[in-house]
Amino acid sequence: MKAETPRPAGSGFGEAIMVPVRLAMGLVDAPLRWVQRKLGLGGMAAFFLLPNMLIFGIFVLLPFFINFAYSMTGGTALFLDDRTFVGTDQYARLFDCSNYIDPNSCTEDTFWTAVGNTAWFVVLQVTLMILFSLVTALILNRELMARSFWRAVFFFPVLLSPVVVGLIWKWILQRQGLLNFALYGFGFEPYTWLNDRNWAFAAAVGVSIWAHMGFYTLILLAGLQAIPKDLYEAAEMDGTRPARAFWRITLPLLMPNLLVVIVLVLIRAVQIFDEVYVLTGGGPGTSTLYLTQYIYETGFATQLRNPGLAAAASILMGMVLVVLTLIQLGLGRSSEKKGSRK
Amino acid sequence: MSRIAAFIFRRKGRNGWHWTDIVTWIWLVGGLLIMFGPAVWLVGSSFKSPAALAEFPPTILPYVTQKATVEGYDKPLDLYDATLPDGSKAVLAEVRRIGVISQMVDPEKPGEIIKVNISQRTPVRTMAFATTNYTEPFTHFDFVRYLWNSVFVTVTATLITLVVNSMAAFALSKYEFRGRTFAMLLILATLMVPLSVIMVPLYSIVSALGLFNNLWGVILPTVATPTGVFILRQYMLTIPDELIDAARMDKASEWQIYWRIVLPLTAPALAVLAIFSVVWRWNDFLWPLIVLSRKELYTLQVGLSIYSGELNVQWHFILAMTVVTMIPVVLVFIFLQRFITTGIAGTGLK
Amino acid sequence: MGHIKLTNVIKSFGAIDVLHGINLEINDGEFVVFVGPSGCGKSTLLRTIAGLEKPTGGDLAIDGKIVNDVPAADRGLAMVFQSYALYPHMSVRQNLAFGLENTRMPQAEIAERIAEAARMLEIEPYLDRRPGQLSGGQRQRVAIGRAIVRRPVAFLLDEPLSNLDAELRGSTRAELAALHARLSATMIYVTHDQIEAMTLADRIVVLRAGRIEQIGTPLELYNRPANRFVAGFIGSPHMNFLEGAVEAVHPEKAVATLVGGHRLEFPVAGATIETGSRITLGVRPQHICLGSGENSIPAKIRLVEALGSETVLHADVAGQKILVVAPGQHDLSPGLDIALSLSTAPIHLFNERGLRL
Repeated sequence: MKAETPRPAGSGFGEAIMVPVRLAMGLVDAPLRWVQRKLGLGGMAAFFLLPNMLIFGIFVLLPFFINFAYSMTGGTALFLDDRTFVGTDQYARLFDCSNYIDPNSCTEDTFWTAVGNTAWFVVLQVTLMILFSLVTALILNRELMARSFWRAVFFFPVLLSPVVVGLIWKWILQRQGLLNFALYGFGFEPYTWLNDRNWAFAAAVGVSIWAHMGFYTLILLAGLQAIPKDLYEAAEMDGTRPARAFWRITLPLLMPNLLVVIVLVLIRAVQIFDEVYVLTGGGPGTSTLYLTQYIYETGFATQLRNPGLAAAASILMGMVLVVLTLIQLGLGRSSEKKGSRK
Repeated sequence: MSRIAAFIFRRKGRNGWHWTDIVTWIWLVGGLLIMFGPAVWLVGSSFKSPAALAEFPPTILPYVTQKATVEGYDKPLDLYDATLPDGSKAVLAEVRRIGVISQMVDPEKPGEIIKVNISQRTPVRTMAFATTNYTEPFTHFDFVRYLWNSVFVTVTATLITLVVNSMAAFALSKYEFRGRTFAMLLILATLMVPLSVIMVPLYSIVSALGLFNNLWGVILPTVATPTGVFILRQYMLTIPDELIDAARMDKASEWQIYWRIVLPLTAPALAVLAIFSVVWRWNDFLWPLIVLSRKELYTLQVGLSIYSGELNVQWHFILAMTVVTMIPVVLVFIFLQRFITTGIAGTGLK
Repeated sequence: MGHIKLTNVIKSFGAIDVLHGINLEINDGEFVVFVGPSGCGKSTLLRTIAGLEKPTGGDLAIDGKIVNDVPAADRGLAMVFQSYALYPHMSVRQNLAFGLENTRMPQAEIAERIAEAARMLEIEPYLDRRPGQLSGGQRQRVAIGRAIVRRPVAFLLDEPLSNLDAELRGSTRAELAALHARLSATMIYVTHDQIEAMTLADRIVVLRAGRIEQIGTPLELYNRPANRFVAGFIGSPHMNFLEGAVEAVHPEKAVATLVGGHRLEFPVAGATIETGSRITLGVRPQHICLGSGENSIPAKIRLVEALGSETVLHADVAGQKILVVAPGQHDLSPGLDIALSLSTAPIHLFNERGLRL
């Protein structure tokens, strides 16, 4: 037996907090007993499920379905009743280009700029994110002093709000900022990084990696720690070289986690908005304008808002995300199966 | 990659420094600087006066130039250590600067103007924390309002999330009914419908419900989280059904079983969800930005981003308020990090 | 007060029928044990009586009132679960009080009942501990205490001793018997252990595959098992069955030829037996004697288990296995040919379908 000393259930402070809660729950109980008598156990299941399903239906399912209706209507009116049906005009407008290689030749050139930017962003960010978080996870999986401290170091930015992340880096990258100060020490002249198209793009990629990499590192680290140590010992007994052990043991066993992480990073990268919006506002020009910002600005922010066009664009983006999520669920299931086979 | 592989094989007790050890420590120390550095720099900068913020190169600690009130001058004058033409040194106050020549006075003898080349003078500086960066936004701007809005949204949304999600999880884990699998799939399918995909119609629904420019319009769409239902359900599945049967034999109503038996036993999972929910709601940005257009309703995140987007950015206030915005999350990080990391490692959610 | 009657109770989960028409009457104050192999439906039957499962058909009456649609809480029954199902987040005292508070009983009376039950079960020192801080035996007492304080119409006990070690199980069994004598309340007890059934029950209900095989007092079941299943289930080690055919029938006795050719005489005792019919002779291992003589059969020893006070012989009678429990110690070894005498043994007769003749 663990604890021999008798411990009273619940401390005085906790009890004091619980008094009003008890009272409220007790008051609710009497009418609910009546409900239970009327509905039976199955009815009570429905009762417990109802609030969540109601909120979920109104704020997720309903918008999901009327989004299609929005994408088929035109005008600037907000409510569906006041909008005119235009069929597939909004989609046609999105795809109306005289030259499909050059986004500037399209009617909605900003949409295609956003698509192009997002595509580049996804490629760069996902590659670097996976690389950095994998290396960090491998390093954290070594026999380190104070491993939980180091894990915390890399995890810290994950909790920060995108606005805070954006502002911190905006402050560091500005002309009188820390980066220029550091480079000044090496003899470089101060530079306004965020006013440069390429550097702003690089900053968007870098900052989003900075902010989220700890999260993926954690998942990969959990995967690495789940690999039994005796496998490596057996490999060592067999005279396997470390490089070979990495390719033949670590990587295959980490693969389920790695695939899930890749898809998660992809899904997030496609939706990139918050921190970049605060950091660059999409600029300079449209160099860091991504899809979500395009949808937001087309639907709400500009003077001539066009909710229909925004809805059409969001549905196109949604399709990409659904495909990615289905891949993720499939991967999750197959890795579950593998787990159960062990 | 073979080098990385070598890391894994490092054993305690290996003598000397292997090159992989060096790479490891470079990576870790570099990580420490890059991950923590910016936040530390932010906190340091938030205590600087506007003048100190505009300096280049910047100083690490907040310094201000000392000032002195000199008879015959309305405003306090900056003090400098000056080297006089005759080679002697003195502390002088600068009256004005013309080209490379600074006109200075001795605060003790205010009548006499001394001309000094600007290369011959350095400001007298002391360390000073510009706490007005913090106090002023709270007294002169709406930051108290924003703070309150953020706290209200975070606390209310988290409480509703806990109640509503745990009720649904209870139904989905402890009752057999037709359509249970369907309901579960439906909830999981929500993962595929992020805000960025449905923001246009969601905005119209929230407006139709009269929740536009209303904090409830920020709260309600966020509370039925699929991840919350999922982790709570997984946890509740581990509570033995015999306990529920025992409670039924003990004449407990279903509602009592929910809140007196199941909820207390789900406390660890509820704690994880509560922490996540607090962080999520505190950090929410895009949706509040869409729903809230009246200044007095802004949450901290929206208020900060709007202020920082203005033409004349008052960085000294922005930085201070960014620090304030960071505080709750940093507290969560310091005290509850273990919960979060195990939560993520266990469920793979964010 | 505690009279329970089941009329043709049926229970099925989807397409699977678990109970096929159970008819049973339990009298007030009776200790009834449901016994049977795992999967026989005994726990489902108990849960149906409790109200935790709804019967698919038939009627369930408590004290003459049909309670089919009465929820578990309102049937006035108390249950002790196999895993004890103590609320882990409540102290022992709170565990005992929970059911009483739900009936809005005054605090003073609750305290009084808890004190009484705690005294009876000797769990007073642990009242402020949580279940996690108790040993298995202590938890078991608390689980019983939780039922006692309710003063139920009947106690339902679902394999309450199966999580205890052998020694504790023996002593708790005795305490349960004493408790029943003291409370004189109806108790329905589910177990797969026939020793528990034999020692505790006023009446035993033997179940197999959702059907009642026999109801009776322990000794009735032991002495006059209704069929081969009951005969094999009750008694330890289980009864020997020798297959054969009836060769001749006399007024008092009959003669059977066993598979393998040995002949055996057995008393008829009023049963109608036809010459030439196939028959199974059941003999308990304790009733077979070592040594030749009248009505004996030769056997070859396969295994000898010397337990000190008795010797268990595994032997072979022309291909049929037979188990003998001989009191005392015997110097025998495997491979030896011996003779087994059945002259004094009560012999149970079963027909081809396994029913008692």
